[in-house]
Amino acid sequence: MSDASLNSDLVRQSAATLATAIARGEVSSEQVTQAHLDRIAEVDGQVNAFLFVDPEASLARAREVDAQISSGIIASPLAGVPIALKDLLATRGVPTTCGSKILEGWIPPYNATIVERLESAGVVSLGKTNMDEFAMGSSTENSGYGPTHNPWDLERIPGGSGGGSAAAIASFEAPLAIGTDTGGSIRQPAAVTGTVGVKPTYGGVSRYGIVALASSLDQAGPCARSVMDTALLHSIIAGHDPRDSTSINAPVPDVIAAAKSGDVRGMRIGVIKQLQGEGFQSGVISQFNAALEILAGLGAEIVEVSCEHFQYALGAYYLILPSEASSNLARFDGMRFGIRVGDDGQHSVEQVMSATREAGFGAEVKRRIMLGTYALSSGYYDAYYGQAQKIRTLITRDFEAAFAQVDVLVSPTAPTTAFKLGAKVNDPLAMYLNDIATIPVNLAGNCAMSLPAGLAPEDGLPVGFQIIAPAMADDRLYKVGSALEAALVDKWGGLLIDEVPSL
Amino acid sequence: MHLGRLARLELTESEVDHYTEQLGQILGAIEAISDVAADDIPPTSHPIPVVNVYREDVALPGLDREDFAVGAPAWEDDRFLVPRILDEPA
Repeated sequence: MSDASLNSDLVRQSAATLATAIARGEVSSEQVTQAHLDRIAEVDGQVNAFLFVDPEASLARAREVDAQISSGIIASPLAGVPIALKDLLATRGVPTTCGSKILEGWIPPYNATIVERLESAGVVSLGKTNMDEFAMGSSTENSGYGPTHNPWDLERIPGGSGGGSAAAIASFEAPLAIGTDTGGSIRQPAAVTGTVGVKPTYGGVSRYGIVALASSLDQAGPCARSVMDTALLHSIIAGHDPRDSTSINAPVPDVIAAAKSGDVRGMRIGVIKQLQGEGFQSGVISQFNAALEILAGLGAEIVEVSCEHFQYALGAYYLILPSEASSNLARFDGMRFGIRVGDDGQHSVEQVMSATREAGFGAEVKRRIMLGTYALSSGYYDAYYGQAQKIRTLITRDFEAAFAQVDVLVSPTAPTTAFKLGAKVNDPLAMYLNDIATIPVNLAGNCAMSLPAGLAPEDGLPVGFQIIAPAMADDRLYKVGSALEAALVDKWGGLLIDEVPSL
Repeated sequence: MHLGRLARLELTESEVDHYTEQLGQILGAIEAISDVAADDIPPTSHPIPVVNVYREDVALPGLDREDFAVGAPAWEDDRFLVPRILDEPA
């Protein structure tokens, strides 16, 4: 086998296969890492998934892991496998921009807990991935460093905010990635790129060292090309962290066993009535319904469930998120990190702050900061933020009532397939609708997965199938997900991502 | 304009016009949430309720000053260097 074909073979393998081969000494982590770095060098000019790569550092780390393995220490089931990290994870000594110009050049002094866990697990970082600025967006077009392109069609969006992480996986630049999901930023990119992504239960994965967007909604999670790879990554990053006071101090559900079982016989699956029909593309609905039939054929019972308050979720979310974001982003004041503008010895700290934020933040970030500032201002607080918090309670109650009847809920992940770059960039409301099916889960704090259901007949683009489970029942996502995935692999002769056009 | 000041954003005039229109549209779309009768519904501020989370009272090492210097926009004598803090003519 020539070096070139060996490389192209390595980058198409699952993380589980790579880890096994590395553990057995059939291939080194250095070789696997090099193959992915080569792939990044080859295609990232077109995809723009990465904001930062440091090949020497990645290879050095891979060699350390190789040395560990040859001395008999296999740190985890993913030891030696490379990963891409969304650029809002603080990485010590490695630039972290959150897709924003305001943080250009910032070098964090510490690692996020997730980064620490991955390091101890012997997972090798390839670099940092592109995103909508501070995770505000559904298309990665709000990045201060240019949009990421969808590997299925480079003219189209890869979803957002984690479009860089999803596109890196879908273009075989990395077998694994970390995303964060505040309103759908892991699941919607997974849906439109034909990959798998999980938003764990709120508090299931530490938020320490993740630059905060909306603290009561943010949750980091795993991204991969298969359900099993996603489960392996989930089990490494999840678990209690004393440095995050919202972290859940309880055992992590056994997501790996669930992914292995893939048995849905006797499970009750609820289809959310409010998340279909108007606004949903016909091919999205047809692929969703086909997946439902498969699950029914595997022995699950499919019922329809009504969640009446979901129609208000988007409104509540666009008050709660901006309110929390306007407070969280107050820390970007040009004093301690990132850029500073207008500090000429004449202007005061207030003036420098305002000039720095004006220059450093993009349009969507400014919109949401102002919206949040308005919603929290005296006289409006009760009508906006207060009312949104009550809607949040009603949505949580809808979930509770639904989960009294069914084991999991399902819906299409996003109402449409990937749209053209630029199509919605000047229409915030149209952009916000992309997250209509994913937002309720963030409001209630439970967990959800998106996995590929197929290609929409009208445009040949991937459709995402969303599975939703109660808080701390993340294992159910993997049970249902792996059952559906296995049936689809049988039908297609491989994963959906195998159909992605070569770049 | 007032909102821009509250949010510490030095907006240009054309930005003020643009955002005034857009924020009006967004608020218009959000308004429907006020139709829900929710007077007796308790608010949720946090999805998974946890209270009084403490850690062990053990001193842990902090970060080194040099680490902050690397990412700071201005740094002098082991400290962040900032503009004057009083809003009067210099």
